[in-house]
Amino acid sequence: MMNKQPGPAIRATGLTVVRGPRTVLRDLDFTVPAGRITGLLGPSGCGKSTLIRAVMGTQAKVTGDLQVLGHPAGHPSLRARIGYVTQAPAVFDDLTVRQNLEYFAAVLDPGRRAAARRQENVTRAVADVDLTSHADALAGNLSGGQRSRVSLAVALLGTPELLVLDEPTVGLDPVLRRDLWDLFDAIAADRGASLLVSSHVMDEAERCHGLLLMREGQILAQDTPDALKTRTGTDTVEAAFLSLIDEAAEAAAEAARSHRQETPR
Amino acid sequence: MTTAPLSPARTAATAARVLRQLRNDPRTIALLLLVPCLLLLLLRYVFDGSPDTFDTIGASLLGIFPLITMFLVTSIATLRERTSGTLERLLAMPLGKADFIAGYALAFGTLAIVQSLLTTGLAVWGLGLDVTGSPWLLLLVALLDAVLGTALGLFVSAFAASEFQAVQFMPAVIFPQLLLCGLFTPRDQMQPVLEAVSNVLPMSYAVDGMNEVQQHAGVTGDFVRDVLVMVGCALLVLAVGAATLRRRTA
Repeated sequence: MMNKQPGPAIRATGLTVVRGPRTVLRDLDFTVPAGRITGLLGPSGCGKSTLIRAVMGTQAKVTGDLQVLGHPAGHPSLRARIGYVTQAPAVFDDLTVRQNLEYFAAVLDPGRRAAARRQENVTRAVADVDLTSHADALAGNLSGGQRSRVSLAVALLGTPELLVLDEPTVGLDPVLRRDLWDLFDAIAADRGASLLVSSHVMDEAERCHGLLLMREGQILAQDTPDALKTRTGTDTVEAAFLSLIDEAAEAAAEAARSHRQETPR
Repeated sequence: MTTAPLSPARTAATAARVLRQLRNDPRTIALLLLVPCLLLLLLRYVFDGSPDTFDTIGASLLGIFPLITMFLVTSIATLRERTSGTLERLLAMPLGKADFIAGYALAFGTLAIVQSLLTTGLAVWGLGLDVTGSPWLLLLVALLDAVLGTALGLFVSAFAASEFQAVQFMPAVIFPQLLLCGLFTPRDQMQPVLEAVSNVLPMSYAVDGMNEVQQHAGVTGDFVRDVLVMVGCALLVLAVGAATLRRRTA
């Protein structure tokens, strides 16, 4: 199997998503480069999860062009190549941590001959998210943070070329968050995998190689954290983000003003 | 599609997972297996003075229990898969819809075999239910009923937004069939419109099948028809249920 993608991991052109009466994403263009960590940042409700579900091919009413690992999003051949973590932990509460992972591993890599490899993958994934001591506890009896780590471990099974993580660090303590970001770094560096990680916590932005800043269904900016800070003359990504919002609001007000002046009374 | 419609290994893994979930929940297993037995016991002594009535109603109930219990268990279980996000995750992985459905049918079918062995055994050998035909045929009908219940449960779970709604589908989907299946009064004595309706409801054939076994020694033509109708219904509802599993949702 080819591991190196010639192009970017994800390329969107004119991506639009409608949910009910609302247009949640409006005409987005962006790329997620291969082998890097791309942060998808923005306030809650801005459309991050919808964008991620579009990438995973689980979102209905998607128009525009969305290429993932060289295929249209949702293509059946992508299902084994992408690891996906939804915002709410999607695990079976009435199975233990290990039983959960064993099942998902069997879906990814079925058959009796793969049993030894699966066992290895499960043990590694449990260790990756630091749950080895809880491997035989029922997922339903774990804390919220522990359950989201089980959900993350499922995405780390196998060796996905692209990891799509929707707010994977919500509700985790600072030490664990740092450890997980170290793990994401290692996954990008050692395996050459691409990561798309959404977050509404701006300080996590500093750990990303590239950023997509989102607001109200639109991409405000796409750049590296340093370039964004330089461009806006700020010290933190959070300040850069706020400055970009002010800039956009001013531009909108300016446009409205000139529009009013041009309209004859 | 690049994947085969049904992967035996993934289906088996799904069935094993569903059974593991149940094994971690012993109280549910106890309820599933013991409640039908207790109800049969109750029925036997309610009709203490008229053993003939127990023979007819008891045989019919052997077909109805698996349908109702598997309907309830499946509708709640698949609703939980839909609301917890595990279904979305599985369908974003290389799991076919057929693997998912067949896995559930296999797991609950296995459970239904155990349940039917207990209820049929208790009724025939413990409570003196008078069966002319072979108890194995009773078991066959019970198993088909269980698969039918699984199929119906899977189907209605698509229309329930919460577990409250899912439970309310039981009176909506099961009770009319219960009233019309011939348990309370022979179907040919009903108002003609109702009789016509009962002719298209699957539970009617479950009860007819059970009564055939109860009254006749061999495999009758009517029994074969009843079994075929049930198999057809189960496959049809499973197919419709598969259509309710959407990879893309709003």
